[in-house]
Amino acid sequence: MKRELPLFLTAVIGLFMILSFFVPHQWVSVPADFLQQCAVIVVAFGYVLGGANVLRVNLDGISRRQTDWPYKIVLVVAVLGTMFFGFKEGSGWQDPSTVSMWIYNRLYSPMQATMFSLLAFFIASAAFRAFRIRTFEAGLLAIAALIVMLGRVPVGDQMTGFLPEWMRLSSLQEWIMGNPQNSAKRAILIGAAMGVMATGLRVILGIERSYLGGGD
Amino acid sequence: MNLSWLEKLDRRWLFLIVALLVLGPLLRPLGLPLTTSAPVKQFHDTVAGVPDGSIILLSCDYDPGAKPELVPMTKTALRQLWDKQCKLVITCLWNGGPGLIDATIEEVANEYRAKGVPLEYGKDYVFLGYKAGNEAVMVLMGQGIANAFPRDHRGNVTRSLPLMTKVRDYSTFPLLVNISAGYPGTKEWVQQVNTRFQLPMVSGCTAVSAPEYYAYLQAGQLSGLLGGMAGAAEYEKIREEKGSATKGMDAQSLAHIFIALCIIMGNVVMWTKGGNR
Repeated sequence: MKRELPLFLTAVIGLFMILSFFVPHQWVSVPADFLQQCAVIVVAFGYVLGGANVLRVNLDGISRRQTDWPYKIVLVVAVLGTMFFGFKEGSGWQDPSTVSMWIYNRLYSPMQATMFSLLAFFIASAAFRAFRIRTFEAGLLAIAALIVMLGRVPVGDQMTGFLPEWMRLSSLQEWIMGNPQNSAKRAILIGAAMGVMATGLRVILGIERSYLGGGD
Repeated sequence: MNLSWLEKLDRRWLFLIVALLVLGPLLRPLGLPLTTSAPVKQFHDTVAGVPDGSIILLSCDYDPGAKPELVPMTKTALRQLWDKQCKLVITCLWNGGPGLIDATIEEVANEYRAKGVPLEYGKDYVFLGYKAGNEAVMVLMGQGIANAFPRDHRGNVTRSLPLMTKVRDYSTFPLLVNISAGYPGTKEWVQQVNTRFQLPMVSGCTAVSAPEYYAYLQAGQLSGLLGGMAGAAEYEKIREEKGSATKGMDAQSLAHIFIALCIIMGNVVMWTKGGNR
């Protein structure tokens, strides 16, 4: 019963949600709406669980003096500090003068932007050290990458401004993005969608049970 | 020519060159001329085609990591919509985004207030803030926007706001403008809302996710697409604005040239050493 009941609920709710996609009648749409709201609430609980897990894992790491444990102290202090000011300032936390907004604007926001910006430096280094043309296919990839990279920025058209319109880098990159790139991407999308449908059916039919835990 | 020194080049030199190439044009712009691509024109024309005074759904699904690419296009979209006296219902499905998005909205709203256009929160625009649940929230909004967002970002009861009395569900909106940095974002809006609720949509996204959305653009599920800072700069050009994306394009141009040179030089070094091993 411990496994049969979750399998039964999954099958019934899964089929019901598929039905709600096609049947707008209130007998279907109202319970489906309720289930959607349940899903939103469950996701919200996930944040609480995630926060508790961050504290558990990192406090454990600090007590065991694991590698880089001082960084874990920074993380725990940041989590607890942000939560403290969030609770203290309550519903008015998003006023510009609050500590929560100071943390968001002066710490969180620049640090996030920094992480993303660092990519430019590492891409330059990786392009120099790792992008080796050893095969014909790698050569095609490199040529396409160069055309798209230069064609996406104004300097591309400056470099090829003397050529006819269709031969300019911006036109070539648009063709690459709209045709070979799009064909490959569409194939991947269709393949992934079919995979999702197959996995969904396996879950609904009870063939795929890994989400229940226990290993079978 | 002996290029073996390049092979042993400390990568910090590369970092330094990238930093200088990015910083230089930001301090002293080169003013490289921009061209406009078809997806950007489509984005602009679709927004321009919306009847004046319509209520538009604007979903800003990003956080500060995507600020340089997505904030400029958000600002330009806000300006284009407010120039048409459109009313905006704004949402966010990224938990790190609301602070940045609220500041962006208020910055553009204050521009209009300074020009004498009395934009009023709750009447002309509403920011519903963040809601956890990703695709579930999108579908839930189809049953009623206030249903999914009972309170707005400022803590007001959503149904009590004058604008929200005119908003029921997706059928209220003639267009969805989505600015997206990844998941949940454009792909999920297409799959859950555009297809299911027949809501026309346009998308602005990061450059890295743009290739994925070309399939939706060609299929007509997206009526326009802004890809990354380049898309934002082209959009600014069409709108005759000189925003931060236009300024950033010079820096991006030089960085792209340098990365292209890195690819070429890396391979030249390999070939001079004996090639294809």
